[in-house]
Amino acid sequence: MALLTTIKEVGNYFREIYQGVASLVNGMKVTGKYFVKPSTIVTQKYPENRATLKMFDNFKGELILIHDENNHHRCNVCNTCARKCPNGSIEVIARKVVGPDGRTKKVLDKYIYHLDTCTFCGLCVPACDENALKFDNTFEHAVFDKTKLVKTLNHPGSSKIETPE
Amino acid sequence: MYDFSPLIDSLSAWLNQTFSPFWAGFISMVLLGVALLAFYAVLGLYLVYAERKICARMQNRLGPNRVGPGGLFQTIADLIKLLMKELIYIRNADNLLFNIAPFIVIVASIMAIGSIPFAKGLQAIDLNIGVLYILAISSMGVIGVLIAGWASNSKYSVIGAMRSGAQVISYELSVGLALLCIIAYAGSMQLSEIIASQQDGWWIFKGHIPAWIAFVIYLIAGTAETNRGPFDLAEAESELTAGFHTEYSGIKFAFFFLAEYMNMFIIAAIATTLFLGGWLPFHIWHFDAFNRIMDYIPPVIWFFAKTAFVIYLMMWFKWTFPRLRIDQLLALEWKYLLPINLMNLIVIAFLILMQWHF
Repeated sequence: MALLTTIKEVGNYFREIYQGVASLVNGMKVTGKYFVKPSTIVTQKYPENRATLKMFDNFKGELILIHDENNHHRCNVCNTCARKCPNGSIEVIARKVVGPDGRTKKVLDKYIYHLDTCTFCGLCVPACDENALKFDNTFEHAVFDKTKLVKTLNHPGSSKIETPE
Repeated sequence: MYDFSPLIDSLSAWLNQTFSPFWAGFISMVLLGVALLAFYAVLGLYLVYAERKICARMQNRLGPNRVGPGGLFQTIADLIKLLMKELIYIRNADNLLFNIAPFIVIVASIMAIGSIPFAKGLQAIDLNIGVLYILAISSMGVIGVLIAGWASNSKYSVIGAMRSGAQVISYELSVGLALLCIIAYAGSMQLSEIIASQQDGWWIFKGHIPAWIAFVIYLIAGTAETNRGPFDLAEAESELTAGFHTEYSGIKFAFFFLAEYMNMFIIAAIATTLFLGGWLPFHIWHFDAFNRIMDYIPPVIWFFAKTAFVIYLMMWFKWTFPRLRIDQLLALEWKYLLPINLMNLIVIAFLILMQWHF
């Protein structure tokens, strides 16, 4: 009986060595594969490749107001995005216009976005019922003049897209 | 074909003719010292560069690529930075020991390099107990580590130094026993004799499976002895900041850093000399044309290629395996490596007794 347990223990000892070495070799296979395959490198040489650099879709560069080809946006000045913004980085300024039917209507005058205080949390985008906002994946936003970080997002002369009521 | 001894002999003959024996000895020592130091510094810098590149590739990164083509001058820039940094004096530290420690570490590794045969005749001292000398000298480095940890007057340092002490004392045994296997095969401790005994085949090929086992054990224990790889408990940066050299700054820190890399080179060079035939070219039995082509490659290149291979293996270990805990470290040595090593030595003694090796 004692002999049997001894044999078992000795077997366990050598099995442990074998399993240990096998798992180490497994790990070395992974790193060895990475070493010989340059295609697995994920970092990029940034300033050299800026012409061809394609940013990822989920990268939040800056907020933009979506405009279509006729210079129409979809903002209806509900101010929800400005209220959702934790930093107060969004100011939506409305102006009143008199429509053809004689009723006054609020339309977007200026959509001001403070890039300098934005933390890119992205709360404004799902808050918009009209899906008027989007985060663009542009980069290199550093400037020497702080006032350049305050941006007006609606393009000059743009208007709200006409939707059937 | 590529024998450096006539060159060295004529140089020393010329020195002895031109100067008195005292000055001839002095000049040859200075020349040798300058050559070894220059070699030491340049090789150390480029080992750091190689490590950073290899580690980067294993972690899917590019590594240093800004200073010089492919980042080749990155480590030189780092050295200049380290040279210009302030040496911070620690309050309540033992100043004498604190300043001596980096020198002990670096002197130990420079002295070990002196007896490594780079090519036929290209060896500073060919001691008849070369292996013993290298083992003894390179284990002196741990005294420097212990002193550094103790003199720093810091908890991190002293814990790192104590770990290092426990580790090196344990793994020295395995290194010694693994080398003893090859000494038993070669029948000599003189490094040039050991290489000469591999003229007809490297010991890793001639020595059957026991030589392979000894080689693997030597690699593991050698990695542990240099405080590297999965065995870097002495400087475990996630636990101990930087271990024994936490309090060192500037060039004193650079000394520790350089010595670590040179110790790695020494371990790899010994592995090359004892297991992989030193500077001997790679020969295949009865392939005479192939063997003649191999003979044309200079021995220095053979030596450095083999050493680079062993260094690459050690870097591969370091960047693949997670660090061991101190109890796992000691269990690995005393429960696994040492018994296997002793059995291996007995098997080798039996093989030699029966004349079964080539």
